[in-house]
Amino acid sequence: MGYERQSDFGTPEVQADTNVTLTIDGRQVTVPAGTSVMRAAAQSGGAIPKLCASDNMAAFGSCRLCLIEVDGMRGTPASCTTPAGEGMVVHTQTPRLQKLRKGVMELYISDHPLDCLTCSANNDCELQDQAAAVGLRDVRYGYAGDNHLGLAADSSNPYFDFDPSKCIACSRCVRACDEVQGTFALTIDGRGFASKISAGQAGDDFLSSDCVSCGACVQACPTATLQEKAVKEIGKPERAVITTCAYCGVGCTFRAEMRGEQLVRMVPWKDGKANRGHSCVKGRFAWGYAQHQDRITRPMIRESIDLPWREVSWDTALTFTAARLTAIKAQYGARALGGITSSRCTNEETFLVQKLVRAGFGSNNVDTCARVCHSPTGYGLKTTFGTSAGTQDFDSVMQADVILVIGANPTDAHPVFASRMKQRLRPRNGKPGAKLIVIDPRRIDLVRMPHVEADYHLPLQPGTNVAVLTALAHTIVTEGLADEAFVKERCDWDEYQDWARFVSDQRHSPETLEAVTRVSAADLRAAARLYATGGNGAIYYGLGVTEHSQGSSTVMAIANLAMATGNIGRPGVGVNPLRGQNNVQGACDMGSFPHELPGYRHISDAATRKLFEGDWQVTLDAEPGLRIPDMLDAALDGSFRALYVQGEDILQSDPNTHHVAAGLKAMDCVIVHDLFLNETADYAHVFLPGSTFLEKTGTFTNAERRIQMVRKVIEPANGPSGQGLEDWQVTQALANALGLDWNYANSAEIMDEVARLTPSFAGVSHAHLDAAGSLQWPVNEAAPKGSPIMHLDGFVRGKGKFVVTDYVPTDEKTGPRFPLLLTTGRILSQYNVGAQTRRTPNTVWHGEDLLEMHPADAEDRGLKAGDWVRLASRTGETALRLEVTDRVAPGVVYTTFHHPATQANVVTTEFSDWATNCPEYKVTAVQVTPSNGPTEWQASYASWSQKSRRIMAEPAE
Amino acid sequence: MDLGRLTHMANQIAKNFAVHGEDAAIAATCQHLQLFWDPRMKAAILNSDRAGLDPIAAAACGLLAQDQVQDQPVPQGEDG
Repeated sequence: MGYERQSDFGTPEVQADTNVTLTIDGRQVTVPAGTSVMRAAAQSGGAIPKLCASDNMAAFGSCRLCLIEVDGMRGTPASCTTPAGEGMVVHTQTPRLQKLRKGVMELYISDHPLDCLTCSANNDCELQDQAAAVGLRDVRYGYAGDNHLGLAADSSNPYFDFDPSKCIACSRCVRACDEVQGTFALTIDGRGFASKISAGQAGDDFLSSDCVSCGACVQACPTATLQEKAVKEIGKPERAVITTCAYCGVGCTFRAEMRGEQLVRMVPWKDGKANRGHSCVKGRFAWGYAQHQDRITRPMIRESIDLPWREVSWDTALTFTAARLTAIKAQYGARALGGITSSRCTNEETFLVQKLVRAGFGSNNVDTCARVCHSPTGYGLKTTFGTSAGTQDFDSVMQADVILVIGANPTDAHPVFASRMKQRLRPRNGKPGAKLIVIDPRRIDLVRMPHVEADYHLPLQPGTNVAVLTALAHTIVTEGLADEAFVKERCDWDEYQDWARFVSDQRHSPETLEAVTRVSAADLRAAARLYATGGNGAIYYGLGVTEHSQGSSTVMAIANLAMATGNIGRPGVGVNPLRGQNNVQGACDMGSFPHELPGYRHISDAATRKLFEGDWQVTLDAEPGLRIPDMLDAALDGSFRALYVQGEDILQSDPNTHHVAAGLKAMDCVIVHDLFLNETADYAHVFLPGSTFLEKTGTFTNAERRIQMVRKVIEPANGPSGQGLEDWQVTQALANALGLDWNYANSAEIMDEVARLTPSFAGVSHAHLDAAGSLQWPVNEAAPKGSPIMHLDGFVRGKGKFVVTDYVPTDEKTGPRFPLLLTTGRILSQYNVGAQTRRTPNTVWHGEDLLEMHPADAEDRGLKAGDWVRLASRTGETALRLEVTDRVAPGVVYTTFHHPATQANVVTTEFSDWATNCPEYKVTAVQVTPSNGPTEWQASYASWSQKSRRIMAEPAE
Repeated sequence: MDLGRLTHMANQIAKNFAVHGEDAAIAATCQHLQLFWDPRMKAAILNSDRAGLDPIAAAACGLLAQDQVQDQPVPQGEDG
C-alpha cells in the first residue's frame, strides 16, 4: 500500500435524527440530514475536487473547485456548502464542470512555483493532486505577470517553515487556528492580490506571534507552504503506524509517519476519540528526545554513589542488582524493599513493577506519581461515587451548558482538550456558547482569550478551595436550587440531609467566608446559581484541587455539588479530573498504590488477595505498604533500604528536595530505570536504560478511562538492533534474576493477566483494542464495548454518598517572614520535570522557570521584570528570574517546576493532603527578595550532579 | 519513623473527621490508620507516648492498639 494520507471527507460529520437519500453520479447515498453533498460524495467512494475544504473545519466555499450540477437547480453550486437533499440528483463530473475547474486551477497555478520535482511536498500535495484531477495541461495566462514567487520564507518556528511563495490563500491554516485550535493567531492580511497569511501583528513572525505551535495549520495546508522541517530534511514518509502520545493525560492518538526506522512526523489520528485529529506542540513535535545524545543506552552500576558509573552488560547489571536486593531482604526483611511504578510507562509495564514488588520483593511498598497529583481524586471519588475515575468521556463537553473549571489550566496543561472546551465555549452553528466559571487564584488564559470570556472568575486565596465549594453549596441549598428529586432517587437521602444542614449554616455563607476566601460574595452566589440552574453543568478540575492539605475533601466537595444539582450520569455533565501524565490513570488502575491491588481492591480484602495469590503462586502481605513520602522517612530511620524507580524523577518532582535527597542517600540500593541520568539517578547504584513510547508495545489509559494501544515503531535504543529491551522486558529480566520464573512473550500476555484478575478490565485485550480502536473501562460482561459515561442509572457504590467536608485551614501560614503564597504549575511547551521537553527545541518558548509576581508586590520590593530574585520558604530557597504580571493576585506568586537548575521543590513543604499525603504544592508561604544570581545551593547542586553523572571512560569488562 | 510527622498526620486526619462527631471521628480515624498506614508507622505511633496527639487522634490510636492486639495471632512475617 505504501503511504497514504488519512482520508478527508471535506466537511465535518453531522449528527441528525433523520437521514436523506440522494443520487450522486448514479450512486444512491443515504446520509444524515445536513450533510454536505461533498461529504456524501466522499462517503460513497467519490472524490469531488477541492482545495479549501477539510473535514475538521466548517465549509468555506472559497476555492470554487468543488462545483457540482444538480438536476432542477440553476448554476453550479459549491458542493461543500450545499446540503444533501432528499431525492437530489447530483452530477460531479461533467464537461461544464471540467471546464470551470480547469479555469480556476489555471489561475492558482499561474502564481505558483513549478518546482514540483524538487518541492518537499512532491507527491504529498493537494494542489498537485487537484491539478491532476481537473486535467490541467496548460496555463494560458503564462507565468510572467505579477506574482508572489519571490516572497521570503519564515523559519522562526523550530518545527515548521512558512513559505508564502507557495501559498494559495485558501485560508485553511487560518480556519484551523480559529476553529480547531481556538488561538486565532493567524489572519489573512490585505485583500485581493495582496492577500497574505499573517501570524500575529505586522512585524511578528510565527515565533513572536500568539501561535502556540500546535501544528493544526501545518496539517491543514494543502501545499508546501506550511510544512514540517523534518519532512523537508528527511523526505516523504513511507508508512504510518497508529500510536498514543506519551505526554499529558489527554491521550492523543497519532499516525507515526515513518521512513524506514526514522520517524518523519506525527500526525494526529482523526479517528482518535480523545483528540479527534488535533494535537499540541508537545505531542506533534517534541519527540526528538528519543534520539537525544543524553540517552543512556547501556546498563550501568556502581558500588556507591560517590563513584563514577561503570557501563556493564545486562547480565552483570541484573546479577549485581539481584544480589544486593537479596542481601537486603535477608538482613532487613521484605518490607525494606519497594518500588515506584511509572505513570509514563504502559499499563503492562506498571502492572509488572507492582507485581515484582508484591510477589518478588514480598512487600506492598509500591507507589506511583499519582501520590503527588491525583491520589485525592482516587480517595474522594471512590468514597462518594464508588470508583476512582472521571465520570465522562471528552466528547461530553460538547453537550455541556455550564463549564466549571477549578484548579486547572487546560490551555497549558491539557491543551488538546482545552481546544475542544473552547469550541463549546464559542457560539457555533447558531447555538450559543456554554457559560464558563473559573475558580483559580490566577487569571488563567481561559478567563479571557479570543472569543472566550469567563462569566465568573473567582480568584480565591490559595488553600481555601473547601471554603469556596461549601459557600457554593450553601447558596444552592439555601436558595432552593438543589435537585432533590435526583438526590432522593440516586443518593442516600439521610446523608444528603446531614450535608444540607451543614452547608446551610450561616457560617458557610459566601458573605461570612469572603474574609477567608477573598472571593466576592455576589460573584460567588451568581456562579452557584448559574451552575445549579444553567442546564448541563460539567466540572473539570486539576491539581489546583488535589495538591492541598484538603485535596481529598475538595474532591468530595465537588462530588457533593454535582450530586446535589443532579449533574451526574448523562452526557454533558459530570466530575472530570484532568489527569496529569499520559498513563497516571492506568498506573492507578494497575494497582500502583501500597494499599490497593489492581482494580482498586484493598490489600486487606482476603478474597482479592487469594485471587492474586492463586494466580501468582505466592503469599501476599496483608498490610498496606509505604507511600513515597513514608518510604523516604523510613529510609532515614534505616527500615527501608532498596528502591526500584521506573520512569519517575522523584528528586525533582517531589516536595522538599533536601528531604528526598537525604532519603535516597540513606538507601543501600537505588535502581533507576529511565531514559536519561535524571536527578534521582544522582543517588542511584544501578541504572537500567529504558525505552521511549516509540520503542514499545502496550497500552496507556487517559483521563477519560480510555485504554489505547501504544505501538512500537522503532527498535529500543538500549541494545543492538533487534536485541533492545522494552521496559516490561527489563522488569521481567530483573524478576528472573531474583529467581521468579516469568515468561511473558509479549505485552499482550501481560494484559491478558490483568484482564483475568481485574473485573473492570475483564473484556480488555490487545486484540479487542486493535479491533475497537480504544475502550473505556469498565469493559466487562455488563459493558462489552466499554463505558463512555459512568453512573448512568445508579452509582457504582449503589447510592451516591454525600460527605460533610469541613474547611480546615492549612498549617502553612503566611507571616511577617514569609508574607507571600507560592503556587506552582505547568506551562504549555514543557512537561512535568522537563526530562523529555527540555531535550527538544521546545526550550525556545520556555528556557527557564520564571517567578510570576503582581506589579504591586514587585514595586514594594523594588523589583522589575527580568531581575534575579531569591525565593525562600521555611523549607529552603532557590533563585530565579522575575516576571511581573497581574495574572496573579497581590500576595500570590507562581512558578513552574520544569527545570532542575531552579528546583522549585527545594522551596515546597512536606505538608500534604490529610487522607492521601498528596503534597501541598499549591500553597507555600514564601518571601521574595533581590538576588545577584543562582544561590550557593544551586551552584553546589550543579557541581554535585556533574560529579555524580561521571561515566568511566573504559567499560570495566 | 519521624514521630513528629506521624503525629501531625494523625492529628490532621482526626481534624478532618471531627465534623462527623466525636465517636464517628474516632472510629473513622482508627480505620483510616488501619487502611493506609504501613505497619511500622502504626507501630511507631502506638509505641510512642502519644503526647502530641489531639484527643480524637489519641482515642483512635487507643482503638487501633486494641485491634492490633486482637490481630496478634496472625502476624505478617517480615521475611514474607
